[in-house]
Amino acid sequence: MTGVWIALAALALTLAFGGYRRLTDGRAKPVRTAPSLDEGALGSPLGSQATFVQFSATVCAPCRATHRVLAEIAADTEGVRHIDLNAETRLDLVEEFGITRTPTVLLLDADGVVRNRIVGAARKSEVVNALQQVDRAVAA
Amino acid sequence: MSEPTSVPASSGLIDPRGPRFGAAITAVLLITVLILGPTSLAGLIVLLVQTVAFAAGSLLGLQAQPWGLVYRRFVRPRLGAPAELEASEPPRFAQSVGLVFAVAGLAGWIFGLAVLFWIAVGFALVAALLNAIFDFCLGCELYLLGKRLSAGSAAGAAN
Repeated sequence: MTGVWIALAALALTLAFGGYRRLTDGRAKPVRTAPSLDEGALGSPLGSQATFVQFSATVCAPCRATHRVLAEIAADTEGVRHIDLNAETRLDLVEEFGITRTPTVLLLDADGVVRNRIVGAARKSEVVNALQQVDRAVAA
Repeated sequence: MSEPTSVPASSGLIDPRGPRFGAAITAVLLITVLILGPTSLAGLIVLLVQTVAFAAGSLLGLQAQPWGLVYRRFVRPRLGAPAELEASEPPRFAQSVGLVFAVAGLAGWIFGLAVLFWIAVGFALVAALLNAIFDFCLGCELYLLGKRLSAGSAAGAAN
């Protein structure tokens, strides 16, 4: 009988955890502490309006989908760049920004200040919204 | 503009529905193992079969994973081409994580450690269900945490 209960507990845990992730993954969250990144730290120049810094890993399936979404937006938007980093080779930044999962995306404004953070497979509508807010702040 | 340069290239692309189908088979087998319990010989045999499947997928690669073979032989021809392909590294890594749990479960059975058996098989089932139901790879998520911890302890040892 124990086995049946453990199987049911495993199913309940799965549904709770998976359901929570489905609700929260890929949403853009504003970053209030606002640390910043520059070309020296990233090894690649920033976009003149905004920059997506994506942390990826080899063993990460949603990273590819996220890369596609961000690359497409960057290609369509003037002044926006997309930098895709391998988290395993940039553990310094992973530690500095407390990144626990891939993909994690940091959205930087024109000055390299981290304005938004997207954990999990990025949703296009969320990314576009966050980008508009960053751009508006830049314009103001 | 996009900078894909530092992202490691994948060694092979696969149909993402294959590992998910495999995870569903794995989940059914692990539920069977749990129901049979830590003293059932039949349960041990089912767990051994799943352990061999994990070992094949992890050590030999996904093309040798038996549930993947079942998928390609019998399921894929009925489905048609996938919408997109995915890298083979994440699901292969997931097989390695599954292997660790399955071996721990076997050890629990063999040495009469019921608690180890329940925990190991229970967590393997959670991982398989997450993959089958939500297409979510638990092992892949733990990978970066593991890298951080090992880098941290290496730095700690050096100090």
